[in-house]
Amino acid sequence: MDTLRAIRARGITKCFGDVVALDGIDLDVTQGQIHGLVGPNGAGKTTLLGLLLGLAVADGGSLEILGTPVGRALAAPDGVAGFVDGPGLYPSLTARQNLAALAALRGHDARTAGIEDVLDQVGLTDVADDRARGFSLGMRQRLGLAAALLTRPRLLVLDEPSNGLDPAGKKHVHGVLGRLASEGTAVVLSSHRMDDLEALCSEVTILATGRVAFSGPLGKLAAENRELDYRLLTSDPEAARRLAADTAGVRVADAVGAGHDAEVLVVRALVPALDELVVRLVQAGIALRELAPVVSPLEAAFLALTEQQETGR
Amino acid sequence: MTVTTADDPATTADDRAAVARRVSVARCYRFELVKLVSQWRIRLLVLACWIAPALFVAAVSQQSSLPVDTLFGRLMHATGWAGPLVTLGFAGSWALPLLTSVVAGDVFASEDRLGTWRHLLVAVRSPRAIFAAKALASLTVILLLVAGLACSSAVGGVLTVGNQPLVGLDGHLLTSADAAGKVLLAWACVLAPTLALAAIGLLGSVMLGRSPMGLLLPALVALAMQLAQMLPLPVAGRLALPGYAFIAWNGLFTSPAQVGPLLIGVVVALVWAVTATALACLLFVRRDFTNPSYDGSGSRAVAVGVLPLVGLVAAAVAVVAATTSATGSGIEQDKVQRSVATAFAHLYRMQTEQLHRPHVTEAQLRATAACTKGGVQDGAQGPGNDWRCVVSWHLPDVEATGTAIYQLDVTPDGRFVADGDGPKEVNGYFLVRTPTGDAPNPLWQFDGNVELLANTPKG
Repeated sequence: MDTLRAIRARGITKCFGDVVALDGIDLDVTQGQIHGLVGPNGAGKTTLLGLLLGLAVADGGSLEILGTPVGRALAAPDGVAGFVDGPGLYPSLTARQNLAALAALRGHDARTAGIEDVLDQVGLTDVADDRARGFSLGMRQRLGLAAALLTRPRLLVLDEPSNGLDPAGKKHVHGVLGRLASEGTAVVLSSHRMDDLEALCSEVTILATGRVAFSGPLGKLAAENRELDYRLLTSDPEAARRLAADTAGVRVADAVGAGHDAEVLVVRALVPALDELVVRLVQAGIALRELAPVVSPLEAAFLALTEQQETGR
Repeated sequence: MTVTTADDPATTADDRAAVARRVSVARCYRFELVKLVSQWRIRLLVLACWIAPALFVAAVSQQSSLPVDTLFGRLMHATGWAGPLVTLGFAGSWALPLLTSVVAGDVFASEDRLGTWRHLLVAVRSPRAIFAAKALASLTVILLLVAGLACSSAVGGVLTVGNQPLVGLDGHLLTSADAAGKVLLAWACVLAPTLALAAIGLLGSVMLGRSPMGLLLPALVALAMQLAQMLPLPVAGRLALPGYAFIAWNGLFTSPAQVGPLLIGVVVALVWAVTATALACLLFVRRDFTNPSYDGSGSRAVAVGVLPLVGLVAAAVAVVAATTSATGSGIEQDKVQRSVATAFAHLYRMQTEQLHRPHVTEAQLRATAACTKGGVQDGAQGPGNDWRCVVSWHLPDVEATGTAIYQLDVTPDGRFVADGDGPKEVNGYFLVRTPTGDAPNPLWQFDGNVELLANTPKG
């Protein structure tokens, strides 16, 4: 048994009546890793997270969590925490009471359960005695994360944890997740925010229609990717456009995504061809003021892979 | 472990190892209580149940017109123990069904509404523990509410009117201590149908999820049972309904107590409580909390939740009919005559004492009643307001036989109101002139009941 492996899933299937939610899913997550789960709506992300949290049992396949085989019982092994479809909070209780009730449920004394610590970690100390009824979505997300942290998890499962977070809240949450991972906790999170996943995750799994379209490191995803659209802002857009059109492997795209700004040039190319274009621009005395992908590599891969998967069905 | 088959015995040991540190029912129960008590509506209900009945009884007892339509209502000036019984009659019809709706009918649905099921399951790890804790927590709150209604109304009545003896439904006088004990017992008996309604509430809450119908189910079932009790049902059908104990406690206030219908009502209600709770548990533990299409009201829920209860009604009717040999409405001429004569004899003694006349016993009075219904002389039966009784009695050393007339309104559940129709000196006027002034005439109007299963004369 691999003690460093937080999750090992092989051939997991789950059906709801005639609907196949998961179709032979393989997943490996090691301890200390933040693993992203992405996919279009209905791809099976929430179902998979639910299996990891012990909310349902798979119809077929094998699943090991924290080195323990998961059986037919509706419960996850000790050390697993998190939430799916948003955190579950009781609006008539304050933030502190929500956490204290949860601590008491686990048999901990509210005074020694580390409630103040987790409130501080997620930045909710100032509103600890406010009822959850008045909390914004972002505050609820942070309180949900605090509730998960209270159990000192070794595997944290989060569904869209960045929903509704302002930049400061996002920074808080990212900091907490990064620290947990550095301490050895495995984190599996789903998100539609590709920038979040790129910032946090070392590996991702892309699901489409219940199947794994890709699973592995982000770097491998970029390498496997096709051409990307890049947005260029130069000192001479017309000359830059001519140069781009003359550069091998570079195609000038229409101003889709450029906001119809005539100053902006959008080109489609692989990285080597883009490098060549940049060299030629500089040699031609054209200043390059901005160069960025129109969509992130992960998002591009996500779109390409999921479209491919759905077309293949 | 390989999750390849639904019932792989090899997984059992692994399951036990995998599911570590499940939360105990006791901890889960405390958690559920905290959640319930943190709700304002529950706090308000508890407060209302512990205060409002006392205020109601105190206020009504001070008024000149009393709620005579409610059992014991006409006695609210006479004794403080009538107050909790009037409250009990009202509670059985309205308050308890509504209270169980608000508490038990919402205890599962609230998690659907708040979207907290998954959170709770991740935290507790055992659907059975969650079910047990929720059922126990809602039961605790319901018991607290019922205790509040009983205590508050009793305290209100005794403090406002006093700790006087209570006239029973057959006219016999219960001492204050007896009355207190019977009042307590009556409230304890209605716990059984209250539990049945609470279990129906749990079932509705599990079965119908966030639908308002789940919340209303106990109240609707209670209303349906009340309507059924107003219909001319056969006795077996009446007693087999889980709400009959809301009526049958009346039998405690006769001598001897009419325990047969009460015991049947309590047992039927408890069987309903156990069955509905078990069905709710079965539906709950089978629920798939990750199924996005679950709306709680599928055909399986109806098949598992409703059909067994329909079967239970049929079985209860059959068992009651077979074990009691009860037939028809249970309201028969002989029983009505015995009930009226018995009550008259007891109340006549009371009037005799009021008037400071020579002491007389029921045996000496040898009271009898001859009742007809709508002109039918022999074999009259059934409920109706067209019963007419002529009561006859004898006094020691007096040759003549005394007679008095009553008009009776007998309801299908066996309760009757006897309205004195003269002579004026006996039962024709609401006051009697005593040496100390005018006093309410105990023979003018009185409540009584006909035991639907009774076969033996009472005295």
